[in-house]
Amino acid sequence: MAGVNGLAATPDLAMLLGLIAAWLLVGVSGLLQPHRIGWVAHILFPVGALIALGVAIVGALTVVDGFVTQSTVLPLGLPDLPFHVRLDPLSGFFLLLLGSAGTGISVFSAGYFRSGEGTAPGLLCLQYHVFLASMATVILADDAYLFMVAWETMALSSYFLVTTQHRLPDIRRAGFLYLLMAHVGALGLLLCFGVLHGGSWQMTFDAMRGATLAPAWASIAFLLALFGFGAKAGLVPLHVWLPEAHPAAPSPVSAMMSGLMLKTAIYGLLRVSWDLLHVGPWWWGLLTLALGLGTALYGVIFATAQTDMKRLLAYSSIENIGLIVAGIGLALVCRSFDMRVLAALALAAVLIHALNHALFKSLLFLATGSVMHATGERSLGKLGGLIQRMPWVAALALIGSLAIAGLPPLNGFVSEWLLLQAFLQTPQIPHAFLNMIVPLGAAVVSLTAALAGYVMVKFYGVIFLGQPRESELREAHDAGWLERAGLLWLALGCVLIGLFPQVALDGVGHVTQLLIGTTVQRGPSAWWMTPMASNHASYSGLWLWVGMVVVVGITVALMRRFYHGQVRRTAPWNCGYPWRTPRMQDTAEGFGQPIRHLFGPIFRIEREMPAPTDAEPRYRIDIQDRFWHTFYVPLAQLVRRTAEGLTILQGGRLPIYLLYSFLTLVFLLVCVL
Amino acid sequence: MMAMSYAWQVGECLLAIALAPLFVGWVTQCRAWLQNRSAPVLWQPYRVLRKLFHKDAALATHASWLFRGAPYAVFATMVVAAAIVPSITTDLPLARVADAIALVGLFATGRVIIALAAMDIGTAFGSLGARREMMIGFLTEPALLMVLFNAFLMFGSTALPTIVANTLTQPHIVLHASLAFAGVAFVMVLLAENARLPIDNPSTHLELTMIHEAMVLEYSACHLALIEWASWLKLFNYACIGFALFVPWGIALQDASPWGFGLAIVMLGVKLVVAGAALALLETVSAKLRLFRAPEFLTMAFLLAVLGLLVHLLLEV
Repeated sequence: MAGVNGLAATPDLAMLLGLIAAWLLVGVSGLLQPHRIGWVAHILFPVGALIALGVAIVGALTVVDGFVTQSTVLPLGLPDLPFHVRLDPLSGFFLLLLGSAGTGISVFSAGYFRSGEGTAPGLLCLQYHVFLASMATVILADDAYLFMVAWETMALSSYFLVTTQHRLPDIRRAGFLYLLMAHVGALGLLLCFGVLHGGSWQMTFDAMRGATLAPAWASIAFLLALFGFGAKAGLVPLHVWLPEAHPAAPSPVSAMMSGLMLKTAIYGLLRVSWDLLHVGPWWWGLLTLALGLGTALYGVIFATAQTDMKRLLAYSSIENIGLIVAGIGLALVCRSFDMRVLAALALAAVLIHALNHALFKSLLFLATGSVMHATGERSLGKLGGLIQRMPWVAALALIGSLAIAGLPPLNGFVSEWLLLQAFLQTPQIPHAFLNMIVPLGAAVVSLTAALAGYVMVKFYGVIFLGQPRESELREAHDAGWLERAGLLWLALGCVLIGLFPQVALDGVGHVTQLLIGTTVQRGPSAWWMTPMASNHASYSGLWLWVGMVVVVGITVALMRRFYHGQVRRTAPWNCGYPWRTPRMQDTAEGFGQPIRHLFGPIFRIEREMPAPTDAEPRYRIDIQDRFWHTFYVPLAQLVRRTAEGLTILQGGRLPIYLLYSFLTLVFLLVCVL
Repeated sequence: MMAMSYAWQVGECLLAIALAPLFVGWVTQCRAWLQNRSAPVLWQPYRVLRKLFHKDAALATHASWLFRGAPYAVFATMVVAAAIVPSITTDLPLARVADAIALVGLFATGRVIIALAAMDIGTAFGSLGARREMMIGFLTEPALLMVLFNAFLMFGSTALPTIVANTLTQPHIVLHASLAFAGVAFVMVLLAENARLPIDNPSTHLELTMIHEAMVLEYSACHLALIEWASWLKLFNYACIGFALFVPWGIALQDASPWGFGLAIVMLGVKLVVAGAALALLETVSAKLRLFRAPEFLTMAFLLAVLGLLVHLLLEV
């Protein structure tokens, strides 16, 4: 009864729980007519999108002024272990992220899923909505038990979604790797919560907040959390599942995993390290910062070398997660020196970047889905020139690409700017070495951002620009209207955050208030972003945009008025070489060549060069992850060898097993006596 | 007062648009003199523009809207940047729109747009130029950011007007070792970003070594004119950012008299003449580097800027 009373008292939370239940209901409804695509696509997915919109609205309400944290106990779960849920600005912000990007993805999915692609549509619908509901539950959970249940549900439902095309062995393999990493990470989390309760055996987060841990135990808990959430988020060297699982999944699922699920790991890391744990030593922050920066650089360098468009985006996700984690690390360093305003600035950058990444990465993954449906091709080497055939997808993907490259006046630049501003203040850290090392992180951030620009020019240029590399591409068709609507929704988010960054900055104010007890300075108006003093640094996406539009307008008008030349269409200049084919354009491999040259030692490159005498010269290059071969393969071999060694114990003869039992009994008796 | 500052805002923007070709003409002339060639007239760039604006434009058959729109977009980014950089006065309503970091972002926007346009036609040289330009771009950005870091540590702001005002209101002229390091790094970045020697040769006609020229090979007439004008504006903007960071003397402050503005224009002219000659000298004494030597050059710029940072933190605080 307590739960019911609690529900009555907290309307926002009750509404959210209702929405989550509605998601589950929509999912189960898919099983009513599992093979009718019309039922699933035209009724259930749009309803799911509306629910996601509702989640986003409730989430947005919780980050506005005057919100009071709400919590309640649900009459579910084990007898002595009921489910606790809590809605505070931090979870509200991540629900806003989940709902807003989820709306776009669900609308897109309504037009995307067809029958006859692996799993039956109704079953897919169930897995999809369970996945969404479990992510929302992870964000709402207020005790370790519900958190882990939701966390595992999330891992399992997404595993089934990844293996939608389970008849292909590669996809089964990718799914297995994903499941394995998810569980290794979950083990870390389980141990982390085991440490966090501090001997009280109370599994609620409230008890963990109140527990006082010895410094060594707190550090162990932090490291376990970093490991557990890092495995989910894809921190190097735990990132190997990402570039396998993302391409294997259908595009909307890749969008959800990359845009939303990775953010639940960020949420968890923030929750544990800022809310549940108390202020720690500065090396927590430095370690997190170093891991984040390393991940960002590693991810973006590998992204330049990819030839599969979804793998490229997966590595780009690793890069963005790296930037987010680096921001968390910077904020942790600042917190340990009690530099609250600076920590709030770094946290604001982290939160806004998480939201931005959810929007533009979902947008780009969905765009690759449209491209795959139109062409049946995933390899960059066989695409090209799609801007002519798919103008809508091309235009919206351009917004996503420019945003992810961190270019003003779009949203990617906002969070990057905030992060750099935070780094600029780090020479004030009162520690003789940190104040010199940490500022250099800004150089890594800007190198990463500039390389992200390189990656996006490659991604967009090779897919959409140039000439079609294969003749079948000429029959490609643009996406349907539901797919366009989903893409448009996400692109709109990218543009709006870019134009009104101060609104986003004010929005995360209550989250930073909750976590660190202060906020960055509020701007004079919604059009100017001034996190510090206004003569310090300021940025206005809107006025930048207005300025550019005005200049373009004036230039076009003057051109119309005074330019009298004709514009005629001719063949492109052939450099005096008449045999030109579309195959002579830069390939994806070719475009990445300078990076391969510069960062050669980072890659593991297998190259097959043609001999001058070859009648049919073939050039093959294969770029592999170094961590896979230097860490994971030996680890797997070690495990297998140990297992093989242990099979000696398993002779299969009954007397031997009885002997084991007897010896164990004797051993235990000796111990007891 | 507000009206005056808006008038100066527009005036400064127009002045930059008008002066940028002249500055490039001056650099070309100095280069020719230093290399014992007979120089083209100072206003040759204007003639080039006039010629291009009078020609018929040729577009490749499958050029998309992105290709046609890119020249306008790039030109607009550079004009907006010119409106933000305080070249004559710090009293600019638009200067607050973007601080130095956002300005770097704005230049990056221009670069990405032109690189995408270069890939649009699908010829080998276009994408070759695009990838080289993006490579130079990612190498310069960290170095440039470290230069701005130096300025930030010195003046406590990344807003260019505040940096200028802080330098000008100091009672004594203090020479900072860290700024000297940063200055050298900035010049190296300027050379690389503006496709000058030793990274790229602005007067090359050999496609294999081109960077900037390879990207714009497919453009002609009015489109080419806008792109060339934008690249001249970029050089002008970079020069003005350099002036604002390292030699701001002469720039009119908020409460300057009309004479102050007159002096500011004269001083800008003097600085441009000197800087143009120095740029020509630098280009004359250096040979073009092989493409894969460019990272060494730009890593050097980065290290110099970091050295400036460390010098400041160790010695000057």
